Amino acid sequence: MANGTLAATLENYLEYKSKKGIFAWILSTDHKRIGILYLVAMVTFFWVGVTLGFLMKLEMLTPGKTIVDAQTYNTFFTLHGVIMIFLFIIPGIPAVFGNFFLPIQIGARDVAFPRLNLLSWYLYIIGGLFAIISLFLQGGPIDTGWTFYVPYSIRTTTNVILPLLGAFILGFSSILTGLNFITTVHRLRAPGMTFFRMPLFVWALYATAWIQVVATPVVGITIVLVIIERLLHVGIFDPALGGDPLLFQHLFWIYSHPAVYIMILPAMGVVSEIIPTFAKRTIFGYKVIAFSSLAIALIGYFVWAHHMFTSGMSDTSRMVFSLLTFLVAVPSGVKVFNWVATLYKGSIELRAPLIYVMMFIFLFSIGGLTGLVLGSLATDIHVTDTYFVVAHFHYVMFGGTAVILFAALHYWFPKMFGKMYNEKLAIWATPLIFIGFNMLYFTMFILGYLGMPRRYWSYLPEYQTLHIISTVGSWILVAGLMLMFGNLIYSLFKGKPAEANPWGGVTLEWQVPSPPPVENFEEIPVVNHGPYDFSTINENKDGKS
Amino acid sequence: MESLDATNTIVQQEVGTKAHHISDPHQHKDAVGAKIGMWLFLFTELLLFGGLFLLYMAYRLQYTKDFVIGGQELNIILGTVNTIILLTSSLTMALSIAAIQRGKKDLSIIFLVSTILMGLAFLVIKYFEWTAKFSHGIAPNSPELLSKPNGEIVFYGMYFSMTGLHALHVLIGIVVLSFMLVFLLRNKITKEDYIKLENSGLYWHLVDLIWIFLFPLFYLIH
Ligand SMILES: [Cu+2]
Repeated sequence: MANGTLAATLENYLEYKSKKGIFAWILSTDHKRIGILYLVAMVTFFWVGVTLGFLMKLEMLTPGKTIVDAQTYNTFFTLHGVIMIFLFIIPGIPAVFGNFFLPIQIGARDVAFPRLNLLSWYLYIIGGLFAIISLFLQGGPIDTGWTFYVPYSIRTTTNVILPLLGAFILGFSSILTGLNFITTVHRLRAPGMTFFRMPLFVWALYATAWIQVVATPVVGITIVLVIIERLLHVGIFDPALGGDPLLFQHLFWIYSHPAVYIMILPAMGVVSEIIPTFAKRTIFGYKVIAFSSLAIALIGYFVWAHHMFTSGMSDTSRMVFSLLTFLVAVPSGVKVFNWVATLYKGSIELRAPLIYVMMFIFLFSIGGLTGLVLGSLATDIHVTDTYFVVAHFHYVMFGGTAVILFAALHYWFPKMFGKMYNEKLAIWATPLIFIGFNMLYFTMFILGYLGMPRRYWSYLPEYQTLHIISTVGSWILVAGLMLMFGNLIYSLFKGKPAEANPWGGVTLEWQVPSPPPVENFEEIPVVNHGPYDFSTINENKDGKS
Repeated sequence: MESLDATNTIVQQEVGTKAHHISDPHQHKDAVGAKIGMWLFLFTELLLFGGLFLLYMAYRLQYTKDFVIGGQELNIILGTVNTIILLTSSLTMALSIAAIQRGKKDLSIIFLVSTILMGLAFLVIKYFEWTAKFSHGIAPNSPELLSKPNGEIVFYGMYFSMTGLHALHVLIGIVVLSFMLVFLLRNKITKEDYIKLENSGLYWHLVDLIWIFLFPLFYLIH
C-alpha cells in the first residue's frame, strides 16, 4: 500500500492528476502549480502593459496628436503604470519563482499555508479584474497616474474607486504571500538547513516578505481613505475641508518606496543564484550579501520622502531624507561588488541566464547612479517630474527587476517545465533587448535633462529628434522581447528534454528531477554544507566515477 | 532561539513526512506555524491602524483647539460603557480558550457566546452613538458640519473613519467567533487542537487593544 501512494506522489507535478481538467490547476494547492498560475497571469498582464507602453511611445513620435488624444494618453500612462507595478513587478519574482523554488531550496514539501497561497492567487486575479473592469464602465478609465495623488483623485470624474479597490486587494494578496513565506522559512527548513546555509535567493525572499508585511498595510489604509473621501467627503485628504494632501503623499510613499525593494530584492537574490552556478565558484561574501538584503529592507523604510522634495516640506526633513537616501545605496553597491568579485577568476560559462545578469548589472548600475542625481536636493529640483525620472525608474525596474525575471525564466525553465530552451535564439534576443532598451530609455535621460516633463501628451518641436530615437528603440525592444518569449513558448512544446541539473548548480532544486515530483523530495534531505559549496559536489562526483 | 527553531523544524518535518502520504500531499498541521502566521497578520492590522494614528497625530497638532471642542461633544458615558464591555469580552475570550484547554467544552461555549454577545452589544451602542450624532446634523458632508471650522470637520472625519473601521473589525471578529462556535459544537476544536480558537482570540484582543487607544484619543481630550 505504501508503495502505491509513494509512487503517485513521486509523479512529476505537471502530470499529476488530482482533479479533472483545469480544476487540477486552479484548485491546486501545490506551490509549484500556483507558481505557474502566477506566471501565466503575469506574462499576460506584462504584454498588456508592453502594448500600452508601445502605443505611448508611438504617440510621442510627433508633437501634438499622432494616434490618440490627450485624455486617452492620460489613461494609457495610468494603466501602464498600474499594470506594470501592481500586477507585474511587485508580485513578479516572489509570486512565480519564490512560490516555485523557496520550498524546494530549503528542502520542504510546500509552503507553510498552501491554501492561503492559492487564496493569494485568487486575490491577485480579482484585483487585476477590478482594474480591467473599470475601463469599460461609465465615467471612463482612471487618469490619475499610478500614484493616485489627491486632490485630483478625489475630484476626477473617471472611475477611481474600482482600480483603488483592485490595488487594495492586490495589497492583501501581497501581504498573505509575505506572511506565508516568513512562516515557511521559520518552520519548514530541512534538517541541517540553518539560516546561514540558506541560498541567497531565500534570504532575499525572506527580507522581501518582511517588507511586504510591514509596508503594504500603510498603502492599504491610504487607499481606503481615498475611497472614503470620494464616497463620503469626510475631509481627511480634501484641502477644501481642512485635509492635507501632503499627508496622503507621506502615507503613499511610506509604502511605495519600500515597494521598490519588494521589486528589486528578489531580483538581487536571483542574481546571487545565477552567478555562482555559471562561475562555478562559491559566492563572494555570502553573509554580507545576506545581511545587505536585511539592511536594504530596514533603511529602505526611512527614505520615502525623497519622492516629495518639491512638494513643500521643511528643509530639515528634506536634508535628512536626502542623507538617508544616499545611505540606502550602500548595501546595493556592496552587492554589486560582491557579484563582480565572484565572477573574478571563476570558470565562467556564458549562457543566456548569465548574459541577462550581466545586462542587469550594467543597466541597474546606471539606474542606481542616476538615482543619486535624484536623491540630491539641488539636482533633483532641476530634473524632478521630467523624463529623467521616467528613465531612472525604468533602468531600475525594467533594466533591474524585469531583466532578472527574464534571467530567472531561462535559468529555471528546464527545472520548471522539464524542457530545454533554444540557447542560440535566447542569446540572439539579448542584444536586441539591450540596444532597444538603451535607445528607448537613455534618450529619456537627455530629454529630461533638457526639460521634457513627464506625462505630457505634446512637446516642443526641438525635442522631436530624441523622441524619434526613443520610439525606434521601443520597436527594437519589443522585437527582442517577442523573440525571447517566442523562443520560450516554442521550447515549451518542442524543446529537448532537460536533465535534472543542466547547469551544474548545487542548490537543492538541482538535486530533484526536472520537472520536480509532486512532493518535491522522495525523502526530506539532510543538509550539511553551505548553499554554494562546489567543492563537496565535485568530490562526490569524483568519488562516484 | 536559532537552535530551538531548528529542532522544532526537524520534528515538524518528520511529522509532516508521515502525514503526507496519507491525505493531500500539500496539507499538514503545524500549530506553531499557524501562530506565527497569525501574529504577522495582527502586525499588519496594527500598521493599518498605525497609518490612521499617524494622521490623527498630524491633524491634532494642526487643529488642537478644534479637536478639543470636538472631543467634548462626544458622549463619554457611552464611550466608557463600550470600553468596559470590550475589555470584559476580552476576558471571557481568554476564559473560553482556557476552558477548552482543560477539556471543558460546555464552559468554553458559554464564554464564547458571551464574548459574541458583548461584541454585538458594543455595535448596538456604537449605532446609537452615531445616529445621535446624525440627528444633530453631524454627518460627513452635512451642511451643519460644513458650517463648522475646518479643524472640526477633520476631527469628525477622523472620528467616523477610525471608529467606523474599528466597528467593521468588531463585526468581522463576531463573524469569525461565530464560526469558532460552530467548530466547537461540532468538535472541530478540541482539547488537543484548539489553535483556531486561540488565533481568533488573538484577533479579538487586537480589536480590543485598538479601541483602548481610540477611546482616550477621541473621548477624553481636554
Ligand atoms: Cu523612493
